[in-house]
Amino acid sequence: MKKPIKIKPLNFSGDFKYAPAPEGTEHIQLKEKYSLFINGKFVAPSSKKYFDTINPSSEKKIASIADANAADVNLAVKAARTAYDKTWSKMPAAERGKYLYRIARIIQEKARELAVIESMDGGKPIRESRDIDVPLAAAHFFYYAGWADKLEYAFPGKKASPIGVAGQIIPWNFPLLMAAWKIAPALACGNTVVLKPAETTPLTALKLAEIFQEAELPPGVVNIITGAGATGAALVNHPGIDKIAFTGSTDVGKLIQKAIAGTDKKYTLELGGKAANIIFEDAAIDQAVEGIVNGIFFNQGHVCCAGSRLFVQEGVAKEVIRKLKDRISTLLVGDPMDKNTDIGAINSKEQLSKIKSLVNAGIKEGGECWQPDCAIPSKGYWFRPTLFMNVAQSHRIVQEEIFGPVLAIQTFRTVEEVIEKANNTPYGLSGGVWTDKGAKIFNVTGKIKAGVVWANTYNKFDPTSPFGGFKESGMGREGGLHGLMPYVKLS
Amino acid sequence: MKDAAGNIIANICRGSRKDLRESIVSNRKAQSGWSSKSAYNKGQILYRIAETLESRKAQFVDILCKQGDSVINAKKEVDTAIDVLVYYAGWCDKYIQVFSSVNPVESSHFNFSYPEPTGVVTVMAPQKQGLLGIVHLIAPMIIGGNVCTVFASEKYPMTAVDLAEVLNASDVPGGVVNIITGLQKEFIGHASSHMDVNAILFSDLDQVQRKLIQENASLNVKRVLDFSKEDMLSPYRILAAQEIKTTWHPVGN
Repeated sequence: MKKPIKIKPLNFSGDFKYAPAPEGTEHIQLKEKYSLFINGKFVAPSSKKYFDTINPSSEKKIASIADANAADVNLAVKAARTAYDKTWSKMPAAERGKYLYRIARIIQEKARELAVIESMDGGKPIRESRDIDVPLAAAHFFYYAGWADKLEYAFPGKKASPIGVAGQIIPWNFPLLMAAWKIAPALACGNTVVLKPAETTPLTALKLAEIFQEAELPPGVVNIITGAGATGAALVNHPGIDKIAFTGSTDVGKLIQKAIAGTDKKYTLELGGKAANIIFEDAAIDQAVEGIVNGIFFNQGHVCCAGSRLFVQEGVAKEVIRKLKDRISTLLVGDPMDKNTDIGAINSKEQLSKIKSLVNAGIKEGGECWQPDCAIPSKGYWFRPTLFMNVAQSHRIVQEEIFGPVLAIQTFRTVEEVIEKANNTPYGLSGGVWTDKGAKIFNVTGKIKAGVVWANTYNKFDPTSPFGGFKESGMGREGGLHGLMPYVKLS
Repeated sequence: MKDAAGNIIANICRGSRKDLRESIVSNRKAQSGWSSKSAYNKGQILYRIAETLESRKAQFVDILCKQGDSVINAKKEVDTAIDVLVYYAGWCDKYIQVFSSVNPVESSHFNFSYPEPTGVVTVMAPQKQGLLGIVHLIAPMIIGGNVCTVFASEKYPMTAVDLAEVLNASDVPGGVVNIITGLQKEFIGHASSHMDVNAILFSDLDQVQRKLIQENASLNVKRVLDFSKEDMLSPYRILAAQEIKTTWHPVGN
């Protein structure tokens, strides 16, 4: 019999330190005050009110942002309607496409500036905004640009025509990328847009408005109005809107679905998630550990498709948890502008307190909480990467979306058991499967009730790849061929 | 149930909320078994329903006439219902090909998207066309691997019950299509608010009923499917109760 090898815990608190590698901010251009982008121009809000957008890593104000009221929403919808009737729906489709190509190019040219502003306003590590958010946003415009004059090939047996004016409401976790996901397919299909970015992260959407000006996009084709929930509600309830596209929490999604009951408004909802990330005994464990880390700590866990429920097969549970703790101990939590940072700032004070209260609930319900002993800055909103062991299906931290860097770990024995546990949630956005066996991959990915399933990888996105949920995670797809469907009428 | 002359011709069950709940439980139990049957098998079962219906054509014409239809209309309706079933039987092993895609992602992954059934669907049968009304709604649902609870038309409950016999005689597994007779207005609220129902389908409801359904649907983000303007024969009816699933798989050594 082999002697078990004694494993010493790795020591990460030694002398090895990373030198700071801050990204510069001197090249960015920000105004002190941003008004509303309506009919191709920046106009002051009729409310005359402004709110602050702050940097969550320093709690310092970055700029004043206009707070749009119902009258402003009305102006924006009217501008979008006029642009739809007079310009955009009349323009040859190939010409529409050219505007989108041009927008993609300008985003690429301004990539560095956009990445820095995204990290300042939202708290995400510059590595992520630089390598993921901004390039994907440009790629999205580039992808849908090409669809504009090819829609007749997208829907067999049907003719596609635009719907009209789309009201779009986007969240704070991927501000620029979500704007691109919404605007690019809408415009490609011939619709015009009124977009409301999240109140904590409006800056890159407003920079995008400047890009639209630079691209000479006809006035009114895209209007960007800033504000909080009341602005969003005014947009949803406006009778001039033909279609609502919403990305955000399941609670708000349900309110929207209810609010537009009885109207002919079309809608797509991309809502919350509580994804199962499943590790089988035959998985490549070191790769799986990287995948678990990327699955839950990417963007501070502010990801609707985050792999927030980890299921580990019993035989490897000890090893996976040990390696996971070692790996988490190497993560750098801190300044989003530092190129070494793995986990940036929590997006807002409100979100931080929500994460804290759910973590406290997890501890109260008997979960075993583990956090690395890492330093976090004194100013700003921060939360250490957190693991929960000894949790049950009924625990709140297993059932509810936390939207933070908190992972609930459970074990399982059989394939049938883990499929049942994975599907035991009202959500159905995403999932992950780690195994060396091809047949098992297709069995398990086929049985997980979720819109996106990653096998031996996690949190990958691409403009050609449809994204969206089953069950209470929403309806409709964004991205790819299927992402055109929500923006057309078929006849 | 009375005929045109006012004579009682049958007693019809008046289903209750409890029947609805039990029906949904049996739907849910049947769903994964039904959707995992091969497309070829499901297609054959749909075709078998058409065959059985054809062999009982006279019975259906008779029962439709008893409930007030003319012979010409009843014959036409039964023929159309058979054609609709044959049409959808043929889609079973094709709609997935038509609506799927392989997505050329930038990274080194094999990425593909295909439709999967939404799940349990409640169906408010239209008041017109006791046979065809049910058939043109359920055929595109079950061919796509969904399971249904149908709330029969109040005008044609006997046709609905006879159709249940046809389904039973055609190898449709238990729980795939449940049919409940009774007063639709007693069901509409529960059928749209039940938390284990994934979608609700109708084709002839008024504005007030539609609003109620849409409001209730928001409780668990139900898909609300209104086929009043959809072509009767269209694969897009199948797609309406499908969820697109995308799978990422690494490419490497």
